[in-house]
Amino acid sequence: MITVAQEQHTVLQANQLEKLIEAVARQGYEILGPTVRDGAIVYDRVESAEELPTGWTDEQAPGRYRLKRRDDQAVFGYVVGPQSWKKYLHPATVQLWSAERQGGTFRILNNETPPRRPYAFLGARACELAAIAIQDRVLLEDKYRDPIYEERRSGTFVIAVQCTQAAATCFCASMGTGPRAQTGFDLALTELVSTAGHRFVVQTGSKRGAEVLSELQTAPASDADLHEAETAVDRAAGSQTRSIDTTNIKDLLYQSFEHPRWDDVAARCLSCANCTMVCPTCFCSTVEDTTDITGDHAERWRRWDSCFTQSFSYIHGGSVRASSKARYRQWMTHKLASWIDQFGTSGCVGCGRCIAWCPVGIDITEEARAIREGDNHGNS
Amino acid sequence: METLERIIAEHSFFTDLDSDFLALMVGCASNVVFKAGTYILKEGDPADTFYLIRAGKVAVEVVAPQHKPIIVSTLEEGDLLGWSWLMPPFQWKFHARAVSDVRAIALNGKCLRTKCDENHDLGYEVLKRFARIIEERLEATRLQLLDIYAVRR
Amino acid sequence: MNLTTTSNPMVSQPYLVRDVVKETYDTFTLTLESQNGANVFQPGQFSMLWVFGVGELPISISGPPSHHDKLVYTVRSVGQATHALVSQDAGCGVGVRGPFGTGWPVEKAKGRDVIIAAGGIGLAPLRPMIYEILGNREAYGRLVILYGARSPRDLLYRKELVAWARHRDTQVLVTVDYGGLAWRGHVGVVTTLFKYARLQPSCSTAMVCGPEIMMRFVARELEGHGLARKDIYLSMERNMKCAVGFCGHCQYGPHFICKDGPIFPYEQLRPLLEKYEL
Repeated sequence: MITVAQEQHTVLQANQLEKLIEAVARQGYEILGPTVRDGAIVYDRVESAEELPTGWTDEQAPGRYRLKRRDDQAVFGYVVGPQSWKKYLHPATVQLWSAERQGGTFRILNNETPPRRPYAFLGARACELAAIAIQDRVLLEDKYRDPIYEERRSGTFVIAVQCTQAAATCFCASMGTGPRAQTGFDLALTELVSTAGHRFVVQTGSKRGAEVLSELQTAPASDADLHEAETAVDRAAGSQTRSIDTTNIKDLLYQSFEHPRWDDVAARCLSCANCTMVCPTCFCSTVEDTTDITGDHAERWRRWDSCFTQSFSYIHGGSVRASSKARYRQWMTHKLASWIDQFGTSGCVGCGRCIAWCPVGIDITEEARAIREGDNHGNS
Repeated sequence: METLERIIAEHSFFTDLDSDFLALMVGCASNVVFKAGTYILKEGDPADTFYLIRAGKVAVEVVAPQHKPIIVSTLEEGDLLGWSWLMPPFQWKFHARAVSDVRAIALNGKCLRTKCDENHDLGYEVLKRFARIIEERLEATRLQLLDIYAVRR
Repeated sequence: MNLTTTSNPMVSQPYLVRDVVKETYDTFTLTLESQNGANVFQPGQFSMLWVFGVGELPISISGPPSHHDKLVYTVRSVGQATHALVSQDAGCGVGVRGPFGTGWPVEKAKGRDVIIAAGGIGLAPLRPMIYEILGNREAYGRLVILYGARSPRDLLYRKELVAWARHRDTQVLVTVDYGGLAWRGHVGVVTTLFKYARLQPSCSTAMVCGPEIMMRFVARELEGHGLARKDIYLSMERNMKCAVGFCGHCQYGPHFICKDGPIFPYEQLRPLLEKYEL
């Protein structure tokens, strides 16, 4: 059954992908997209379709990520790599401002952001769009606005890619964030590699998207195209093996503060902070003050931080969360429970990165299940 | 001039005490006065009397070699001073010094001990009340131990 | 009115140090004045103070809220950044961002008795509330100030404590954990002062600030004396890097201390205070 308006959907042949990139570039965007580097699919500047990870896929499992060759030439036949779009929107290091001494006092320098082409994200997954929406809520829609995020976010052109396969670590279906992207994109591509040809079913999500599309050679999507596209995404959802039962999860975690499972995970967790770095919604940061050798010029830099570090909760000669047990509990409770009180949604989009990139393979879905199924005394 | 009986009856320590027991307590009580600077009781002395402070301030102190006397707590109007009379070896463990002029009611602990031994109901009432005071002081002492205002490095 | 004159809440504004007064051997009071604009803040709010090239700290404002020409901070020198802050000379520039956070319940306390319980440096964030009450004496009922410090030489604002006690319907009780022989006042933790306070619990609002352990015990004591949990307010503290809800460091359960606090009603904190390593 076709559930969406046929007029919104067109078909773009795979060999026209290069033309799409060119059309977006002509609009003045800096295109950022997936590329293979160092055994992973990472995000970087993309200037041609040749740089995309055509024919590659990723195999993911707890503590495991490997690239494998596909037996077809799918361009987006992978799932998610270690990076997310927060690399660009909420960068790992950024200067906040600088100042110079002036007699006994100082003055803030007029730090203007250098002119920059607006970003175009090529290949954003549903979970990633959900994560961007979550960071929008945290950094733009709460009591204060982050001007750095705002500046980078505004005008960003988004080309989403609907997932037609899931990794073993994916659980977006249970989190309600995918695998189908419904909003938050200018264009959404569903890649079909079948006997009917290697092509993309394109859905427009905005006027800008429609404008870019109008410069390309497209054909209207047929019923068969739409059906194939929808089935592929449904199949990706159905193939997910992991899930989190989010029923009352906020109260469940709030009440599980003393649950023995935390000791169990603490015995495994290295507090390495990988999970917070790969997580697309984690936003914690710290500030660093530096001066030059003369001491006349000072800078304030912001960089990513993690609640897993010893010093994260440091006050008065000690850390409040001294044990790694307390820190793991803080991360997971914040991500799945407190976030709901703070921002109205879960902080987790089910992308599974934390599972794949944890060096000891801690699986947040398994931890959530263990807490739900065992009681506070360790009985299951 | 107020009678001892009324003063004792109004003191919070004796609330809800049976009137017979109250009369027993009054029988062991007398009015006392201490001038500022004098020691009301001294560590090591036999503990036979305890005091209900009516006015003034008392410092509970500890002496140690190489230390000037250290005040561990102060007591004022309404407070009860001394419980070592209740249990063996019936000896004071601290000094108590009148910081200002002090008016108090002295109760004969030795006499009260005997009466408690004879009348266990009275004994229970007395112990119940002291247990509460000791608990409050213990909690306060533990908090003091924590040295919460110190700078941790 | 927000003190930050730019739209970027992370940018500091230079203020000039008017003077630095020594309160005790390790605690100093800085008075800062802005180069432009009036300083409006609620009692209980804090600023982020930046020392050029050294670092930034959250410090509660401890001056009179009615004096808009200056900002006053009482700072205890315990580390590199606080030491740099208290070592500034008159005329030096200190960066200021803010004011941030929720304030003491000024409106809710009107018409009621107010109990102010302070431990150590905790008296500093409460002082603007005391000024507010004494400056609008008719608007409030009885005022009871309970203040505990480590020892007599750690007591802050000694002359003011004496002056405050002279106000109508105002009781000031001070105690120390360790008293020397010269100390003729109370010795014992601040909870031991309660029995001397003249309280009307049913129409009292309490405001408490000090080490977390002290606040926990004081709140319990206040509740034991008949105050409702919603009428007891605590000022919480956690590591802060941004003060605007972005760095994530100050989270306490679901609360961001910088924007949901630092002042919270006890009723909200009660389930969290006893959680070890929350």
